[in-house]
Amino acid sequence: MKFVDEYRDAARAQEFAEIIRRTVSRPWTIMEICGGQTHAIVKFGLDELLPRHVTLVHGPGCPVCVTPLELIDRAIALATHPGVTVCSFGDMLRVPGSRTDLLAVKARGGDVRIVYSPLDAVKLAHELPNRQVVFFAVGFETTAPANAMAVVQAQRAGLRNFSLLVAHVLVPPAMAAILSSPDNRVQGFLAAGHVCAVMGCREYEPLAAKYRVPIVVTGFEPLDILQGVQQCVEQLEAGRAEVVNPYARVVRPDGNPAAQQVLRTVFRVVPRKWRGIGEIPASGLGLREEFAEFDAEQRFGLAQLTAEESPECQSGLVLQGVKKPHECPAFGVRCTPEHPLGAPMVSSEGACAAYFRYRRPPPSQPRGEPANRPS
Amino acid sequence: MSAEFTASCPVPLTNYPHVLLAHGGGGRLMQQLIENVFVTAFDNPQLAARHDGATLETAGAQLAFTTDSYVVRPLFFPGGDIGTLAVNGTVNDLAMCGAQPRWLSAGFIIEEGLPMETLQRVAQSMRRTADAAGVQIVTGDTKVVDKGKGDGLFINTAGIGMRAHTGNIGPGVVRPSDAVLLSGDVGRHGMAIMSVREGLEFESPITSDCAPLAAPVLALLDAGIAVHCLRDLTRGGLCAALNEIAAAGRVQVHIEEAAVPVSEPVRGACEILGLDPLSVANEGRFVAFVAAGDADRALEILRSQPVCADAVRIGTVLANSPGLVTMRSRIGVNRVLDLLSGEQLPRIC
Repeated sequence: MKFVDEYRDAARAQEFAEIIRRTVSRPWTIMEICGGQTHAIVKFGLDELLPRHVTLVHGPGCPVCVTPLELIDRAIALATHPGVTVCSFGDMLRVPGSRTDLLAVKARGGDVRIVYSPLDAVKLAHELPNRQVVFFAVGFETTAPANAMAVVQAQRAGLRNFSLLVAHVLVPPAMAAILSSPDNRVQGFLAAGHVCAVMGCREYEPLAAKYRVPIVVTGFEPLDILQGVQQCVEQLEAGRAEVVNPYARVVRPDGNPAAQQVLRTVFRVVPRKWRGIGEIPASGLGLREEFAEFDAEQRFGLAQLTAEESPECQSGLVLQGVKKPHECPAFGVRCTPEHPLGAPMVSSEGACAAYFRYRRPPPSQPRGEPANRPS
Repeated sequence: MSAEFTASCPVPLTNYPHVLLAHGGGGRLMQQLIENVFVTAFDNPQLAARHDGATLETAGAQLAFTTDSYVVRPLFFPGGDIGTLAVNGTVNDLAMCGAQPRWLSAGFIIEEGLPMETLQRVAQSMRRTADAAGVQIVTGDTKVVDKGKGDGLFINTAGIGMRAHTGNIGPGVVRPSDAVLLSGDVGRHGMAIMSVREGLEFESPITSDCAPLAAPVLALLDAGIAVHCLRDLTRGGLCAALNEIAAAGRVQVHIEEAAVPVSEPVRGACEILGLDPLSVANEGRFVAFVAAGDADRALEILRSQPVCADAVRIGTVLANSPGLVTMRSRIGVNRVLDLLSGEQLPRIC
């Protein structure tokens, strides 16, 4: 298939791996930001192609995983309300809140619907004039413009029964939080290509300069990721710390100005709690005052509903790249996709789910098959 | 929360007190439901075989017996309708027991207000499909439920088939070194339904693979192929079928990703939605585990049947890691091919 097969070519993948092997002279730890990249790495076994000196750690870029417990509890509270229809992307439905999840609320009669686009939720609000339709707006800069557009459309249409439960988070503040943590081991980043497609690359330059880390804008296909690792390692070995964009087929330096415009029109930067990490200043998006009538938290008076994570939770360490999923004592034993203890085991972008799905028990070659790890 | 529970993360949902949609998704939750509720309640040797149907012996005759319920939305889709599914699904479950399907029952649960014309179209479609599969619908039942209490039309069919070949077929017979054969490309039924349901339009419409599979199965058996296990690929797709067989047969199943045929439109649709074609539903595909020495001959026989023209060998049974399905990816790395938890959900971004 065009635009897919050429980026999954086995021979080219081996070539990139060979270049990386020749470049590396000492150990490096590189973090891929996006959960989609984590899944591609584990699904295609890309880390097994890399020399032992290169360690990939998995970043916080899974929107479902970092959505704070109290916002999930608020969504669940809304869904149990008889007059409310809660819409979200499918992944959100299985993430446990303090006591239950949205799927279980649905099974008990709550009106919870999976939609593919926030604009479908606006359409639903048109179709159900006697119900309050709430869209659970999760995600990074990637999903925020479409959610902003939904608010703009609802305002234009004069819809009084549509609102957003906003849980948007931003990538650069999370990178800064990771880099300034005393436990930080990350020396270079593969930036999330889709986020950069919206926001461009320039906002990463101050991070690269301040923390002296190379940041490589990276896509999601196997060759994209290997190329990202190769360019990151090259900079690390040369002592450089620059923002580069080999994913130029998708990302322009200034991103998508129209998407940024609608995002800025509707949202403002706010402090945001990250599940497993805690509050990070200026790391989220909230609705601007002009759009406050579309804020579900205000409309339904949810602000008093709070919940605290257990201080012992390890998912924060996984989300910050300090631990790998299988280093958690609960991984695969007390914590599985059927009985998730934390969101990273639930979401299709969660690092724990990737390890459980593609790598359990830990990587092994069937006997008689050639080993793939290059020596 | 127990005392030693240090990696707490948020509250564990150890047991759902209500049935979730995911309990019917063909994934691990459904297996748990079947084990915990039904196998516990009905336990007997035939049920314990965990095959698509039960094989029974009575008065010297070898019978296969199975049942299935059909709740598809929309009722009509490219390549079939709920009627073709209701006949072929049960016919195929009998075929997977190595039986010649003979008689079906049909139970209709109809929602008040369903257009009569719809019901007639479905009945005619069932008649045509039954004729093509060589079965008769010999008994039935009709119930009408209040408007809002059903989704238009639900159909249950049960079927009886006759087994001419006495050899055991099932996961327990699978042996290391067996060849894993796949009867054609995967993922068409699920993507046909999803593209209609979600209003996705592609340049070339994806049509369901819904088809009867008794003829190719009986051709294999008639030719004396050592068929060890058969499984039609329905909910959960190829991935679920292989995982069920690996678990029940206590063997490792190893396949090559590049060997599994997926049509371009199905691949494209799956890429867009973030779905894995290996876990998408089929209604006219099956896997056959045959003795290694019979693999080439079995492929030749399958390919002579129109419904299996693209049959291929996709893998081998190994003894190393019982219960596990592994796959060598296109870029040459081995990984686990795990059963999904519930239904596949499209990704966020």
